[in-house]
Formats: sequence, structure tokens, C-alpha cells
Amino acid sequence: MNGFDAYQLRRRAATANWILGGAFLLLIGAFFRTQIVQHARFELQARSNRLRSIPLEPPRGEIVDRTGRLIAENVPGFSVKLLAPSRDSLRAVLARFATIVPLDSFDIQEAMRRYRSAPYQPVVVLGDADFEDVSRLEEHRTLLPGLIIQSEPKRFYPQGAAVAHLIGYVSEVTESDLATNRFPDATLGSLVGKAGIEREYDSTLRGRPGVRFAEVNARGRLVREDVGAPLDPVAGHQIRTTIDLDLQRYIDSIWPTGVRGAMVAMTPAGEVRAIYSAPTYDPNVFVGGIDAANWRLLNTDSAKPMLDRAINGRYPPASPFKLATAAAALRRGLIDFDTHMPVPCRGGFQLGNRIFHCWKKEGHGSLNLTEAIAASCDVYFYQVGQRLGLERLLEDGVRMGFHDKTDIDLPSEQTPIFPSSLEYFRNRYGKNWSSQAATALNFAIGQGENDQTLINMVQFYSALAGTGVEHVPYLVRPADTLNRSLGLTDEQLAGLRHALVAVAEEGTAAGILRATVGKGRALAIAGKTGTAQNSHGLDHRWFIAMAPADHPLLVVGGIMENVGLHDPAIVRNVILALRRYLLGPDSSAARLRIEANESFVADSGPSAADELPDSGTAPARRAAPPPGARAPAAGVSADRARTP
Amino acid sequence: MRSTGVDRQLILVAAGLMIYGLVILYSAGQTDIVTQAKGVWYHQFVWVGVGLVAAYATFKTSLRLLEWAAPLVYAFSLLLLAAVLVIGTGAGTAESSKSWLAIGSHRIGQPAELAKLAAVLMLARYLSSLKEPPRSLRDLIAPCSLIGIPFLLVMKQPDLGSAIVFIGILFAMLFWAGVRPRLLFMLASPGISLLLAFSNYAWGAWMVLVFALLVWWRPYIWESVTIYLANFVMGAIAMPAWRHLQPYQQNRLLTFLNPEVDPRAAGYHAIQSKVAIGSGGWFGTGLTQGPQKRLAFLPEQHTDFIFSVVGEELGFVGVTVALALFLGLFLVLLRTARRASDPFSSLVVFGIIGLWFTHVFENVGMTVNVMPITGIPLPFFSYGGSFFVICCICLGLAARVAWDSRMSGYAEL
Repeated sequence: MNGFDAYQLRRRAATANWILGGAFLLLIGAFFRTQIVQHARFELQARSNRLRSIPLEPPRGEIVDRTGRLIAENVPGFSVKLLAPSRDSLRAVLARFATIVPLDSFDIQEAMRRYRSAPYQPVVVLGDADFEDVSRLEEHRTLLPGLIIQSEPKRFYPQGAAVAHLIGYVSEVTESDLATNRFPDATLGSLVGKAGIEREYDSTLRGRPGVRFAEVNARGRLVREDVGAPLDPVAGHQIRTTIDLDLQRYIDSIWPTGVRGAMVAMTPAGEVRAIYSAPTYDPNVFVGGIDAANWRLLNTDSAKPMLDRAINGRYPPASPFKLATAAAALRRGLIDFDTHMPVPCRGGFQLGNRIFHCWKKEGHGSLNLTEAIAASCDVYFYQVGQRLGLERLLEDGVRMGFHDKTDIDLPSEQTPIFPSSLEYFRNRYGKNWSSQAATALNFAIGQGENDQTLINMVQFYSALAGTGVEHVPYLVRPADTLNRSLGLTDEQLAGLRHALVAVAEEGTAAGILRATVGKGRALAIAGKTGTAQNSHGLDHRWFIAMAPADHPLLVVGGIMENVGLHDPAIVRNVILALRRYLLGPDSSAARLRIEANESFVADSGPSAADELPDSGTAPARRAAPPPGARAPAAGVSADRARTP
Repeated sequence: MRSTGVDRQLILVAAGLMIYGLVILYSAGQTDIVTQAKGVWYHQFVWVGVGLVAAYATFKTSLRLLEWAAPLVYAFSLLLLAAVLVIGTGAGTAESSKSWLAIGSHRIGQPAELAKLAAVLMLARYLSSLKEPPRSLRDLIAPCSLIGIPFLLVMKQPDLGSAIVFIGILFAMLFWAGVRPRLLFMLASPGISLLLAFSNYAWGAWMVLVFALLVWWRPYIWESVTIYLANFVMGAIAMPAWRHLQPYQQNRLLTFLNPEVDPRAAGYHAIQSKVAIGSGGWFGTGLTQGPQKRLAFLPEQHTDFIFSVVGEELGFVGVTVALALFLGLFLVLLRTARRASDPFSSLVVFGIIGLWFTHVFENVGMTVNVMPITGIPLPFFSYGGSFFVICCICLGLAARVAWDSRMSGYAEL
């Protein structure tokens, strides 16, 4: 054959050389691009191919009271997770799991749901497993591919139900939380605070989760745990609160069983010493995921145990509001403490063709302001209201903070209902609304379109107790809301407190005070009772008090729902709480606990204690009140104002 | 010159490739979860033994005998290819195809591998019998038919990868026989037209280019018309032909263009292979240590994607060494083909180059997404008996040709 001479072959070989060289250069180039240029990208892809990250929960910051006693801590616990390659495989393993450690259908459903939302992450099956379960599972590990048992810090609230509303609770972040970025930096599976301090200071408490890696094969099966160096979690920060744990527990222990209501204790400077709502619940049930039965119980209970009545319950302020009416009139110089009203109390007050009744049918006669506060005389305050007029009453009410929430550092505080101007009535009742005068009378005694939270009322009284300035109440840090001033002089404040002492000594609370602490007074208490009418049942009872009366160190307010006109329990409990805080559990010591950082000297304290019932003998938790307190003494009566 | 006259460079490069291949095959079986690759390197030793015997036997066989026997081997291989269409079975990833010849449930080999070698021998015999190299399309009808028959039979299995190898052999040997490049271009042009038909603009431009080249080169007028018509027809039937393809074949082509189209199924191989190779970096993760392979993310790591194991575990350096060995082999063979004592021997050796080059370029190229994915083994690396033995026979042939040329006193001019 022609064309196979050496010369031609050499030419073709040269061409073939070029083609071979070009082809191999192309391949080498492609490998260089993949292995060297894009190495980092593929390295990462290779890792994410085979490594599954297992989040390490950080220990949440502790929450302590003002002396460092633990309100919320962490205890060692276990969480049990499964890493599953597919839904079917997860279902199969869960079925096997259930034969070793019982799971109900809700747990299984929940695990399947978690798998759907994050199939590449280990699914939490038991958020809070006990040691027994864990050791049983360890024994059967070979039956349960993908089993991951992790020791994790668990939240524990040693005081349980006593601190439930104040502390809140933690639970796993939900998908809607993540979608709305309610908890910045939280990731699927993070534990976040859902109420109370846990919610308010979640970002401080939460810490940063760590991560460790487990290796899986192409079918998603766990090959080995703990590959490479884990990233340790960063613990959350401790939070010190203004709470006095002893007082908080005491308030819980004396609260009568089955009664709904709330109590708040705070200093005149706004430091909340106790905040309690009843009925309460055990926040520990939320740790590791609340089970279905408990959740249903908490949410369907008609008593609404999850509701924090101290900041979310709105009640007609009733008689305690008379102090606000008095403060407004005093500031405007319309009355002073010796002012007698033109119409003495004969059991009612006539406006136009309507009679406004006093709670005391037989009447109080002619009273000055101090006496009127002590007796809670409605007729007197109708006339104060008349002098002020509705417009100024509303204006002063807004100025004293009854229109706004207190901005306490707890989540979801309710804004009270209080009209900011006459507009409100015109919008509501039409342009021709003309019953201004009658409405003013109602507002003067705390009736009408006026619903206040307990915290808001206590804030007002704390201003009376202190320098006339309403400090924003706080548990950890005060909000930077401006403090409001009532605009009263020191003499006026002292006069109002004097009138409140009269309430406790001779007035509406005197009987209960006597019944509670006997004749001897180690502590002068000033306070105001109230009865909020309730069209749905028995009336709600208020009592807001401060002590020692001359230089109050603590204001305690409380409300009990549906206890009725004559129930002494709230007055008694508030008095007991004040004594507990100021005299200590061992009140035979009969001394005032002086705050190291408070300047005033307790020379105004009681001189001697002739008879001081040990408050340690106060009724045990949930026990019936002592017999002495139960007998409705003659002086025990409640003010009652009838809404026209 | 030593008295043995054996091409030591060829032996050296081939031994290097075989040892490298065996080491990688061993590593491919070292996984954390049991795959079918476990222990195959051990079986491969048997094939190495068989292969070495076959290579030696071939080396001892005269090329003249082979030249005489070529039509018989060719006919036999066609018979097997036809038989496999009737009684063949599938295997591995190509379970539904009919590429294996089996007796009972025992698979004994893939006739396509033998057919490749048979086609090389037959085509070499035909081309060397010509007085002149083919000068026109008419002259190309016979060689094209010789390749076309096994090509179509293999396509029918269907085994696209092996079919492409026949094309590679045809063009390599026609080129070596002295067919002018413009004629090869004209021969290839309908195929290119088929590929470009998916873009109207590209196809239009291509038709203009073909027209211009035909005017410039001025072949016979009937040739011009035929080529142009063939281009046109290919462009026209492209879409119907595409629809005629099996979905998995369509997917393979689509995922070649963009593996992310179907990352779970068809694109999975392409992505996982590239991830394994890319994570290798300069030096790789170390032999047997590659996590993607160990955890079975890398599919077919002992057959079609064995080169990805090289990339992951030995890195760019290992890849370069392997490719250098292949390039070395081709250069040694090229020299052998150039120095061969007669056209038949020369064409056979160059046909072997075409055969292996197509395998290497396609197989290695697909692991980094330079070529579409077809099931085609890598010579000396991939696990598989019949192909390994055929490769050994090819080595024996090449060694014999080199020996012949030395014995006949070849001297560099």
C-alpha cells in the first residue's frame, strides 16, 4: 500500500502527537480546575455530604433573686435523638424504640413532624429522658441505628409554681417564631424563653449553641459520632433580679386554694420584690417538651393558669382609684385635707334627677378628705369629681399613667383601659353625648370605662409611698420610659399616707388588720381597700398597702377575683406579706430590715412589740385562713359604689 | 539493542498502569459499608493472570496469522454480537441492556470488547490491502461498513459507550491509513450537524460553513451534494431522533450540560464524582482513605468511576501520574506504529491507540464532566474480565509488532 513510507508516517505521527497532547492537556486542565481552583467549594460540598451537625445546647444563664438565691438553674439531663436516612426508616426505628421506652402517638407524630422540617438533623425523640430510660436504650443500642444520646443541661425551676408567671418557661422555638425572627439567632431546635423573664431576657440567657459532627454514609446511616473537633456551646449570662425569693415563696404559700388573683410587691423606686398570679402552674413541665395531656390541661382550664393576672388581668380599679381623684384635686388646689364638701353623706348624692348612692346606706355624715379616704365615702368623692370635671379627671388620669402600661420588663403587659379625652365618649356614644357630669362622678370613685392592671395600680401607690414619682417597675433593668411625677408636695403625700393609715387603723381595713396581727402593732401599715363589682359573679377585692407608713419601704398590692364583698383574705395576705418582708420570718425579732442602700433610718419603726404573732405560724400553704381572720369583724366592710 | 528485542518501554509503562490500576481497585473496595466492590481486586488477579497468558500467546503469534484470521475473528465477533441481542443479559448500572453473554446465570463476557479488537484487525487488513489510501467518499463505503455493522449491533444493545469507541477506531485508522483530513471532516460533518441541530443558530452557521468548505475544497460534485444532503437530513431528524432516545439516555446528555438538572438521579453520578475529585486537592486524602468513596457517595467506584478514586485519594498529583502513564503508553505505541514493518501491523497498533484513547478520554473526561456519562471502562483500572483480557491481547500485539520491526532491522531515518 502506498502512503506508508517513513516520511508520511512521521508527518502523521506528528499530527497524532499534537492531538494526543491537546487531549491530555484538556483533561489535566479540567482536573486542575476541579481539584485546585475549585477545591474549597468541593471540599465543603464533600463535608456537607457526609457530616451531619448535631447542635449542642448551651446551658441557659441562671436567674437568681436579689440575694443570689436560685430561681432558675440547670441540671444535667439527657436528650435522645435519632438520625434517620428516611421517613420509613425513622418510623420503623420509632416503632422499635417504643418497645424499649414507651412512646405515645403524640411523641411519634412530633418526631415525624420534626423530621419533615429538618430531615438532615437528628430528630429529638425524648427531650428530657431520665437515667433509667437512657440506660435501657444504651442496652439495646444495636437495635436502634442512628441513636444519639446526648447529655444536655436541662432547665430546672427549684421554686416551681411559686415563680411560674414571673420566670416564664422555655420551650423549643417554633417554625413561625423563626419565620418572624422573633428570637434573633435562634435556629431550629433552639430552646427559647416563651414567657416571663425567660422571654424578656431570652437573648441574654440563651447563650450560643455549639455543634458536633456525626458522619453518615450515602444512605444517610450513622457511621460514627464525634467526628472532628466539636464547637463548644457558649453558656448564657446569669441574670440577677430584684425579686425577693423568700417573699415570693411566702406569698405563694399563704394564697388560698382555688382563688384567682394576683399580688405584686415593689419598692417605691420600682424594684419588684414579688409578682405572683394564681392559679399558677409548674414551669418545669415545659422542660424537654411539654406532653400533650399537660398542654391540654393548661390551655383548656377555665381558670387560665397561664395568664399572668398581675400584668394581664384588667379590673375596675374601684376605691383604690379614689386616691388618684384626691391627688388630682390636691394638685390643682381644689381641696385640701380639711375640706368638707357642701353636701354631707346621707347615703346618696343627687345629680339632676338621679341619685348616686354611697356604699354605706346610712351615710357617713360630713367628712374631711382624710376621713373620707378612711371611710371610702363615695358621696365625698362624687363631689370631688364634680369639682374636677370629667375633662380634668381624664387629663390628670393620663398624666398619672392610668392610660398607659407601666413598661415593666415582662412580656405582653396589657395596656389599661382609660379614656385619654372626651373624644373617646363622643366616638363611643355619638356626638350628642351629654352625660359628662354623671360620668365624672363615676370616674371619681374608680368606676366607668376604667380598667386597670394590678401592676399599674401598685405603681401609682408606690409613687404615693415615695417622693411622688412613679418609677417604672422592673425585675432586672428599668425601661428607659420617663418616670412620671404626680406633682404633689411632700406635705400632700404625707397627708395622703396619713389618710391611708387611717384606713388601716380605723377605716375599712382596720378589722382585718386587728384580726391578722392582733392589737400590737410592730409595723404601721397604710393602705386602701376596694371592691370591683363584677356582673358575672362575686365581686373582686382589692387591697394596696405600704409600710412602714411614715417612710414606706415596700408597697404590696393584691386582687382576688370573685371572693365577694366581705372576704378578708386579700387584706390579710397583703398585710402578712408586708410584715414578712419588713420584719422577716421571725417577727419576734421585731426589727425592720433596713436596706443597706436606702438612706432613711428606721426610727419611725415600732417602739416595742408587745404581741406579735409569728408570721411563721401563718397558715401553711393552701391552708384555710386562721379562724381569727375569718370572723367578719364589725369593721370589716367593703366599700361599694353602685353604678348608676 | 538487546537480543530479546522486546520493547522494554512498552512493558514498563504497561506494568506501571496495571499495578497502579490494581492498587486503586483494591482501594475502591475499602468502604465503610459493604459494596459490591469489596474484594473485586482479588478476582482481578485472576484476570491479570489470564491476561498475561493471553498477552504472551499473542506475542508469540505471527501478525501474518492474525491478518489471515482477521475475517474469521470479525465474523465470529459479529455472530456473538447478534447472539447477545437475543440471549444477552444486563448487569450493574445497565441492568436493562443486553450486553453480557451468559451461560445459565454465569456471565462470561461482553462480546462488544472482542468486537472492538476484531474490528481493528479487520479494518487493518482491508486498508492495508488497498493500493492507495481512500480518496473519495465512495472509497470510504467499505471501511465504514466494516465498522458500521458492529457499531449498529452495539447501539442496539444499547451500549452507547462502546459504540462511540468504534467511531474512535474508524477515524483513527482512516487517518493513519492516509485519508486526507478534509475527507475525514466531510465524513464527520453529518454527526456534528446532528449535535448542533439543537440550536437553530448554531446549525444554520454550521450549514453555511460546510457549504463554504465544499466550495473551497471542490470535491466531486456528487460528493458535495451527498455531504450537504447528509448534513441537512441529520439536522432535520435530530429532534425526532432525540425523542426516540431512552429517557435515561436523554438524561445523561442533559445532565452532561447541567448536572444540577437532576441531582438525585441522573446528575447524581456526575455531581458525586466531581465532589470526590474536587475534595482531593493537590495530594488527596491518602490511599483507601477517601471519605466520599468510603461512605459510598461515589457510585460505581470500581468500574466506570474508578478514576474518581484516584482523584479523591491521590489528588491532582495522582491524577497527573496516571494520565502521564497513559500518555506514555500512547507515545510508545505511536512510535511502534510508525516503525512497524508492514502497513497491517502499523494500522493494528494505531487502531489500538484509537481504541484506548477513546476509552481513556471518555472515561476520565466524564469523571470531571468534560464528557457525557457513558458506561465505558478505563483500561487497566476498571474491574472487568473481558476488557482486561482484550487489553492484554492488545499489549501482546503491540509488543509483537515492535519485536517484528526490530527483528527486521528498523532504523530511524
